[in-house]
Amino acid sequence: MIAWFPDWPVTAARQAAGCPADTPVAVLDRGRVMACSVSARASGVQRGIRTRDAQSRCPDLVVLPYDPAQDARAYEPVVSALEALVPGVEVVRPGTCAVRARGPSRYYGGDAEAGESVAGRLAAQLAGAGVTDCRIGVADGPFAAEQAARATTPGEHRVHVVSPGGSGRFLAPLPVSVLERPDLADLLRRLGLRTLGAFAELPAADVLARFGLDGALAHRLARGQDERAVAARRPPPELDQRVAFDAPVDRADQVAFSVRGAADEFVAGLAGQGLVCTTLRVEVRTDSGAVHTRRWLHPRWFDAVDVVDRVRWQLEGSRGSGEELTAPVVQVRLVPDEVDTHGAHGDGLWGGGPDEQIHRALSRVQSMLGHHAVVTPVVGGGRGPADRQTLVPWGDRPRPRWPAGQPWPGSLPAPLPATVYPELRPAVVLSADGRSVGVDGRGVLTAEPAQFAPDTDLRPVAAWAGPWPVEERWWDEAATRRLARFQVVGVDGSAWLLVVEGGRWWTEACYD
Amino acid sequence: MFDNGEMNDLATVLRRPADDKLAAAHSAAARVRRLHGGQSDTRTLETLPALSGLLPGGALRAGAAYSVTGSTALAMALMAGPSAAGAWCGVVGLPGFGAEAAAGLGVDLDRVVLVPEPGAGWRSALAALVDALTMVVVQPPADMVVTGPEASRLGARLRARGGVLVVCGTWPACEARLSVSELSWSGLGAGHGHLTGRQVTVLAQGRGTAVRPRRTRLWLPGADGEIRPVEDTPLVDPAEPGWVHEAAG
Repeated sequence: MIAWFPDWPVTAARQAAGCPADTPVAVLDRGRVMACSVSARASGVQRGIRTRDAQSRCPDLVVLPYDPAQDARAYEPVVSALEALVPGVEVVRPGTCAVRARGPSRYYGGDAEAGESVAGRLAAQLAGAGVTDCRIGVADGPFAAEQAARATTPGEHRVHVVSPGGSGRFLAPLPVSVLERPDLADLLRRLGLRTLGAFAELPAADVLARFGLDGALAHRLARGQDERAVAARRPPPELDQRVAFDAPVDRADQVAFSVRGAADEFVAGLAGQGLVCTTLRVEVRTDSGAVHTRRWLHPRWFDAVDVVDRVRWQLEGSRGSGEELTAPVVQVRLVPDEVDTHGAHGDGLWGGGPDEQIHRALSRVQSMLGHHAVVTPVVGGGRGPADRQTLVPWGDRPRPRWPAGQPWPGSLPAPLPATVYPELRPAVVLSADGRSVGVDGRGVLTAEPAQFAPDTDLRPVAAWAGPWPVEERWWDEAATRRLARFQVVGVDGSAWLLVVEGGRWWTEACYD
Repeated sequence: MFDNGEMNDLATVLRRPADDKLAAAHSAAARVRRLHGGQSDTRTLETLPALSGLLPGGALRAGAAYSVTGSTALAMALMAGPSAAGAWCGVVGLPGFGAEAAAGLGVDLDRVVLVPEPGAGWRSALAALVDALTMVVVQPPADMVVTGPEASRLGARLRARGGVLVVCGTWPACEARLSVSELSWSGLGAGHGHLTGRQVTVLAQGRGTAVRPRRTRLWLPGADGEIRPVEDTPLVDPAEPGWVHEAAG
């Protein structure tokens, strides 16, 4: 027995994007339509056409990217619902499940009754998640059953039962392309074998000799002799934890305190499976119905205290200026996004290495001062010294803001400033007659700088160079910058990197 | 009068108090050594060759605190030796730490951790880092005064761990104070060129036997990015300024 949910990528993408059920949706993979909803298909959108064509055929089409992980994740509740109805479910691919039919059909009193009952209950249970269409096909083997499921239509005829031993007859009129072996199907068509029935009539020995092992397997499928048994999956243990608050809580420390017990159970539950969590997803649901989700990485693995810290940081990050959260919290859910075996992370016989001590100390500082207080610097690309360095919180993946390795014309030559101010500081640059120095539109100075004040007090200029104009990201209105840099050395020997932007002078860095 | 035996006895009796004092002093010294790790007096950390002339003992001593005033680059240069040898470094209270400049001076950024703005919690952050990392650079907030007892408590932890503390600013008890003065930059003219190198005078004042201040003229850094003592012969040929090619980009 096969349970099939038509256009599963569409359903999954729609769930993720939160689109209403009746909007036409197309899911794109590498610039082409990979799946589309019924309403989109009605306006002429087909699988395999380009985005532009699809949008011209259906102007109000919502285009969503294809995400296999999202597909599988959205399918998980469906599999659990099916497992609650019939035991022994095999996930063929997201959107398709195989179940052994013997048990359910004996229980419900016949294949058709079992199919109807399962399809009806599934549709009723999952209607809230936007899954409305469930089709069932019953046949001798999974291949024929899947073809039977595809032969159904929505509504009344949503279950198709192929009588025992009738799979060969059922499959005979189908085209060879359903074998999902494009090369073989193409060859068969050129040989004049357009249907599975015609292919099935060939002698098995000749097929093996001409088409090889895979061809022989396809031949058996076409004859309806599909011996592959359903490999039932073992339902995975429930590892996530949730804490629900009867009365919504609006203080981060109260939430963190209540989560402590769940965090202990979360870590213990994983440890019981011989696992440790290396990536944690925290979902916080507020009473306004919004869900704030964030993934937290850990350089080693989460213990209970780390989990509580992450929940607290996430709440503190989302709150306003005061101690109260922007919206009271109704539920907190802890999900292990990535796990690893305990053995790979266990402590050595004589305790961990030196890196473990360092990690503990840094985590302690992080839990005192906040997640963003302890950072590791990463040097990437960019023109200004502040653009080039990215500070990544300890534990997150070190990734520079802009990629290194590109030429970045206009970046500074070595030696580089030892102090790079996190924010530009106002500066003053004056000419010999006491007027502010400017740079005109052609990048020419209005006067030579004679005095400057990089911090508070004015001092004479000993040497200077510039302007070095930089015009960045002119294509992006929000990020565009047009500025000119100067190196200025004062008579006291201090060297500064100054910036003039929009007619104003700033101190960007100090060569101290 | 007295025979020899009695004479010796008397001499022993007279000498005893001094011997006792000496023995007590030896045992106390041994106890201190035991408490603070047997070799804490002699262990040293890798140090850049150019800086070893500045430091008492010729290298960074494990368990000691150093004070650096007037230059962040000099503090980075002190970090560079241990960092290149595989030690983890922490930087507390320097929000403008120029990571790329540090990498240019030889600091391995993979093993650098910053706590840029610890605020009021800088003491506990510093204590936590000193417990775990080999090298910690700290700039105490301007309005905070570090008292002698605080410094000596931190010093005891440093000695126990064998770490090195570099303070950008003043510190009550330090092995050596390094201050930078007489900066002169090269490569920059009136409207042309770009900074290529600088010479500084580092004044190093230790304590104990190294109390006499020592002055050293250093390239920090030189035109090739290296830190080295200034020699009398010019290192860059003035006939062909290096910036002409580089400034074209």
